[in-house]
This record gives sequence, C-alpha cells and structure tokens, in this order.
Amino acid sequence: MLEVTDLTRTYGHGPTAYTAVKDVSFTVAQGELVSIVGPSGCGKSTLLRCISGLTAPTSGRVTLRDVPVTGVPDGLAVVLQEYGRSLFPWLTVRDNVAMPLKRTTRGRAARRSAADAALAAVGLPGSGDKYPWQLSGGMQQRTAIARALAADPALLLMDEPFGSVDAQTREDLEDLVLQVRRERDITILVVTHDIDESVYLADRVIVLTAGPGQVRADLNVTLPSPRDQIETKGHPDFVHLRTEVSRLVRSRDDVTVQSGAAASDS
Amino acid sequence: MSWKRLDWGWRWIVLIAGVAAWQLWTASARSSFFPEPSAIISSMYHLWFSGPAAHVFLTADATGNLLPSLGRVLASLAIATAVGMPLGIALGRSPAVTAYLNPLLQFARALPVVTMAPVFIVLFKLGTQMEIATIVFGTIWPILLNTIDGAASVDPVQLETARAFKMTHWQRLTTVIVPATLPKAFAGFRLSLSLSLILMVFAELVGSSNGIGYEMSNASNAFDMTLLWSTIVLLGILGYLLNALLTAGERHALAWHAINRRD
Repeated sequence: MLEVTDLTRTYGHGPTAYTAVKDVSFTVAQGELVSIVGPSGCGKSTLLRCISGLTAPTSGRVTLRDVPVTGVPDGLAVVLQEYGRSLFPWLTVRDNVAMPLKRTTRGRAARRSAADAALAAVGLPGSGDKYPWQLSGGMQQRTAIARALAADPALLLMDEPFGSVDAQTREDLEDLVLQVRRERDITILVVTHDIDESVYLADRVIVLTAGPGQVRADLNVTLPSPRDQIETKGHPDFVHLRTEVSRLVRSRDDVTVQSGAAASDS
Repeated sequence: MSWKRLDWGWRWIVLIAGVAAWQLWTASARSSFFPEPSAIISSMYHLWFSGPAAHVFLTADATGNLLPSLGRVLASLAIATAVGMPLGIALGRSPAVTAYLNPLLQFARALPVVTMAPVFIVLFKLGTQMEIATIVFGTIWPILLNTIDGAASVDPVQLETARAFKMTHWQRLTTVIVPATLPKAFAGFRLSLSLSLILMVFAELVGSSNGIGYEMSNASNAFDMTLLWSTIVLLGILGYLLNALLTAGERHALAWHAINRRD
C-alpha cells in the first residue's frame, strides 16, 4: 500500500548540511498498523513529513497505492504532534473537524453530520459546539484524530500523537487508535519515541538509528488481539519485545557497526 | 461577581463626583473661560439634542454639523481598513517584499500627517475630499502595520495543518490567515479610531464649511466659551461611544481569543 524506497532527506548545503534520514526503505501493507520508533533526533518526523508529501525527499521515493507522492496525496490524513496548536481556536470543535470535508463533501448539513459522526467515533459526542481551548489536552487530541478521520482516509499518519498528555489519557488514546483501526479499513503509521507504545499498538515496529536515521530493525509483533493495557503489557512476548526494541534504540555502539553495514549493502 | 458590579458603580460615582466638583469650582470661580458644566450640558441640549422626535431629537445644527463629521470619520476609517487590511495581509505574507518596502513604510508613517495637510489642500482643494484624505493618511498606518505584523506571525503549525488538509489558497486565507491576523488588526483599529477623531477636528479647523471642528473654530472666533466647551465635551462622548462600539465588535469577532477568555 505504502512503499518507501531509499529515502534520504538532507537539510542545507555544503559543510553545514545535515542529513536527517538516510536510505530508508520499507513497505506497509493494506490495513497494517506500523510504528516507527527511534532515539530523539533520528529523523522520525522528517520521515513522516516526506511520506505525507509535506516535505520533498532529497532522493529516493514514496509511493502510495502505486502513485508517487509529490504533494499531499488524496486519502491521507495527518495528526501532527502539536495538536493544541494545529486546531484552529476560532473555529468550534465541529467546524474544525468539518474543515477538511470542504474539499470532498458538498452541503453544510452533510459536512456537519459527518463531523458529528467523527466526533462520536472518537468518544466526543456532543462537544461540537465547544471551542478547542475549552477542552482538555486529551480531548483536543481526540478532536485532531476526529478531524483526520472525518474525510475517511485510507492512510493515517500520526507524529508523536500522545506526547504531551498524562499517562492515563495516553493509554485511553492508544486504545482509541486500536479501536479506530478495528472499525475501519485503514492503514496507520505512528511515529513515537515511546517504546512501550510502539510495541503495544503495532503489527510491526521499525526501529531507526540515531541521526541520520536509518532502518536498524523491522520487527514483527505477534501479540494476541485485541490488545489490552494490562493483559498485553504483562504478556511475556510483550516484555521480550519491548526489551529488544529498547536495546536497539539505546545501544549507541551498534550504530556505527550497523549503519556501516547498511551503507555497504546499498 | 459582586466586586465587578461594585467596581462599575464606583466608576459612575467617581464621574458624577468629578462633574459635581467641577460645577462647584466653576460656579464659585465665575471665570468666563470656564463655564459651568450645567451650562455646557444645557447648551449641548439646546444646540443639538432638542430636535423633533422624527429626527431622533437631533436639531438642524446637529444634522448639519455632527453628521458630516461622523460621516467623515466613518468613511475614512472604512477606506483605511479597505486599503490597509488587504495590503497588510499581502505584505505580511510576503516577508521579502515587506523587507524592501519597510524603509519606505517607516518614512511615510513618521511624516506628521498635519504637515501633509497643505499637500492635500493643493491636491483636493478645501472640502470633504481633502478632509478624508487627511484622516485616511493618518489612520491607515496603525491598521496597515499591525495587520502586517499579525499576518506575518501566523502560527506555522496552523499553516502546516492547512497544507496537510490540502486547503485551497482562498480557504487558507479565509479560515486561517484572516482570523489569525484579526487580534493584531483590532489593536490597530483602536489606535486609528482615536486618531481619526483628532484628525477630523484638525481637518475641519483647517478648512470646512460644516462639522464639529468648523463649529469649534466659529465658537473660538466668537469667544463663545460655552459653545467651545460643548464641542469639546461632545468629542469626548463621541470618542467614548465609538470606542465602546469597537470593543463590542471586537468581543464578538474575537470571542475565541485569549484576551476575551477571562471569565
């Protein structure tokens, strides 16, 4: 469904040039939920921006449903990291959610009911008339997710989606993502620095090296579904996997060895 | 809140006490330069507000002088906004162009508008056109510069969101840039509003056949101190009312904005 091939993104020129991601390749199948995890500064967000068409890659390419991504493609929605700032404070929650529908849905009433349906789907029924700043952080993030889901995208990209909410809210939002995924035919790519989250949510975990980000490992997560915050996180496989991912993310010694190997491969 | 109600009550008490003190002082001083407030209020009533009910109690003098002045102020502010806001948004969104134009803008803004009046008199002759030109030239700068500032500081995350959801240019302008610019633009309107009253009086003093400034200049020439003070008080009331109107409009338009969120 999504194919990333030898993607490299460099910022700047000459001696001050900085490569954020280097030769990253992976594919995501229809309906998969893949998380991308790595140490801070590994170019996770850059990678996501390239996939969403917000930033053009320096080299390599991204194809979505066999179509090369040049601008923001149709059928793709993004949930940005700074959800509080990405919602428009002058629009009501409903108008925020209905905003992306202006391109696709004719008629105010139709957009309104689609927005209300999306709000109900994220557990915020009846909040449409409020303003975003009247909601808690977790509810704001639910609004941002509702806005992304309103146009019924085929691919949902999430950039550190739950970075600034408390632990309990975070777990609720993680379960919301899993619920959305169960209810819809949707492919989800989540960028996170939280190792537990990456394993808990995903079918596959892609581990990036420290900057410039390269794919260090691509691990299958074979945990039973549906996932459960207590059961799953106590499962021996979960503990094993999170240790594995944690070791891959943390061990700096391996960076040079593995990136060297990756460079000679390409 | 009871404190707020008390606060409101006190404001009026202070005002009334101030006027009463003024009354007592002027009544005892008997200066011909400082008429009693009661005389000023009575003069204002007879001069402007004792007309027929069909004319909202406005006298012929009021419709002949107050309305033209008010018309000039509102027309000038409308022109300054119609030119200043779109231009400000365009410049605010093009930092390179603004950087080139900035010395020119700062130079033009620094010109005291009073010194431009002779130029406008030559250009437009004495009359409404010249008066409006003077007010517009003076009031456009706060609107223009504040709008540039507001449009230039739209949150990049919001612009990014607009891109991520594939907004058209028009949608981006109307749903992101204009609302984000409004708080600063309103700060500009507020400055321009008080400037517009000053410039209206100035322009009418320079050369006009009607208006509050014209009436003021006549009163001054005739040493009619009560009439002169009446026009001054009227200008104060006018400024207060226009500002209250703007504040109400701002509260409505910026109901979402932080400064209005305090409950």
